Amino acid sequence: MGKSNYIKCAALILIIGILPVFVHNQYLLSILVFAGIYAIVAIGLSMLMGYAGQISLGHAGFFAIGGYSSAILTKMHHFHPVTAMLIGAGLAIFAALIVGLPSLRLRGHYLAMATLGFGEIIYVSSGAAVGLTEGPSGFSGVPSMSVAGYVFKSELSKYFLVWTIVLIVLIVSLNIIHSRVGRALRSIHGDETAANAMGVNVARYKIQVFVYSAILASIAGSLYVHHMRFVSPTGFNLNKSILFLIMIMSGGMGSLWGAIIGASIFTLLPEFLGVFNEYDILMYGAILLGMMMFLPEGLTGLIAKITGYCTARWKTRTINNR
Amino acid sequence: MGLDSYIQLFFSGITIGSIYAMVALGFLIIYSSTGIINLAQGEFVMLGGMIAVTCYHTFHLPLLLTFVVTVLAVTAIGALFEFTCIHPLKNPSVLGLIMITIAASILMRGIAMFVWGKEEHGIPTFSGDNPIQVMGASVPPQVFWILGVIFTVLVILFYVFKYTLIGKAMRATAANRTAAYLVGINVRKIVLLSFALSAGLGGIAGVLLTPMTLMSFERGTPLALKGFCATVVGGLGNPAGTVIAGLLLGLIESFVTALISSHYKDVIALFILIVVLFIKPSGLFSKSEEAKLKKF
Repeated sequence: MGKSNYIKCAALILIIGILPVFVHNQYLLSILVFAGIYAIVAIGLSMLMGYAGQISLGHAGFFAIGGYSSAILTKMHHFHPVTAMLIGAGLAIFAALIVGLPSLRLRGHYLAMATLGFGEIIYVSSGAAVGLTEGPSGFSGVPSMSVAGYVFKSELSKYFLVWTIVLIVLIVSLNIIHSRVGRALRSIHGDETAANAMGVNVARYKIQVFVYSAILASIAGSLYVHHMRFVSPTGFNLNKSILFLIMIMSGGMGSLWGAIIGASIFTLLPEFLGVFNEYDILMYGAILLGMMMFLPEGLTGLIAKITGYCTARWKTRTINNR
Repeated sequence: MGLDSYIQLFFSGITIGSIYAMVALGFLIIYSSTGIINLAQGEFVMLGGMIAVTCYHTFHLPLLLTFVVTVLAVTAIGALFEFTCIHPLKNPSVLGLIMITIAASILMRGIAMFVWGKEEHGIPTFSGDNPIQVMGASVPPQVFWILGVIFTVLVILFYVFKYTLIGKAMRATAANRTAAYLVGINVRKIVLLSFALSAGLGGIAGVLLTPMTLMSFERGTPLALKGFCATVVGGLGNPAGTVIAGLLLGLIESFVTALISSHYKDVIALFILIVVLFIKPSGLFSKSEEAKLKKF
């Protein structure tokens, strides 16, 4: 996965390890858990959109499938949280195939609207299926995540759990995009017809990356309800799907690191600003539009541009000094 | 349930279906001249309703003037959107265009919430609330206003596209942009015009709908989704099919809601969309050869 990525991974491990030394505020630690959960979704979405060039406006739907599976199975039917999470991921695969198979044959707007429709179906159903989900008000008392008898109750333990999963997902994803599959995905993004002509099985790779991103969203959804210990439809509406988009857009679509940075920024920023609450859609719309028009490469693109400019300047200067 | 109830359901289905058809036609006009699906189409309907509310309640304009002012205002918003957001892009990708229209729709929704608040608003019906008796069923007069206005708009649209120079220029742009440019058609103006026109259609739909169902800032997205369903079911680029599909969707929604369950009202159209995408992605009323010519 490239030398620079090893260094960046080591840096990320260091940051994850050191942060709790400075952050003692339980609330802030809890926000960092959310940042990690969203980072998992963002990594999957970045693979789908940034690398394969396929749009999804319905990832809140997969997030909801994971969340509701975990909540219902652990609370009502006393499943082990890990088992419930895996069942949720299985359902997400099933749903991804149902939406993906017809719409991935098509491109662009069709996929956008089909996924948007899917997300809305899940959102509306989670409020309407009162017998299963307790309807719009949702329910609390979802047990905490536990692995091999250890219950992740404290904010610190949840922080380490979630960010360890982020790290694993990141390393797996980096390995995928630096392999044959990753090159195939990028070729699909570049030109589907050309990719097909080069012998890339376009349809298969498209559905695979769609399913992969759905699994990640579902796992993140499970972690989300175990962290909140509460589930209701409001966490899974269209705004959440849009928020995921903004996260990967702001970080830079073609970069998994950008996905993590974007997820962290857009989880932490609203907490510090405090102005988002009432008018968050207005802010999201303005940010997304401004970003699309003036900064289509995102933050990582901007940083790359600046460092490129600086190294170029530095090189010409050293040549002139000789 | 007696025959009168079925007639009642039929009328409410046709009414809401014709609104869907208007939204779908808006999608179609922009798509056929630019290849863009404008996901902010539903927001034009919402803005139509909201601006009408302001014109009527704040400025106390008479209903007819409210209608005219609102439609002009929404048309101007559509043109402004094209001019500021779509036009400056040099080589936009499909992904980029989708994101921009989504961003614009969120922004419009946010502004609407900021200006008009979260509550629902209404304006009075055009000709009173005394229901008209049709074969034993009592139908609100607004239904006939909606059907009448939409029928008129459709006739005008068909006439414009078929016989006027500007309509022919729009069809030429839709068929082949470069060729249209070469024969001297101002493609830029045509694109601007199609955004303005489809926004205007949305505005009309918004003013007609508001007395029936009230309007709030978040009504745009479901309308856009259903309009899009109608566009796909009818086959993109097929105006007659789109209108039929819109009416059908309205009817199915009305009957399913009344006869089976009302909880899943907003899901029915989406379900139909996914089924149609599965079985016949070119649309029910289009030949698959035609669909192959399209950019998707």
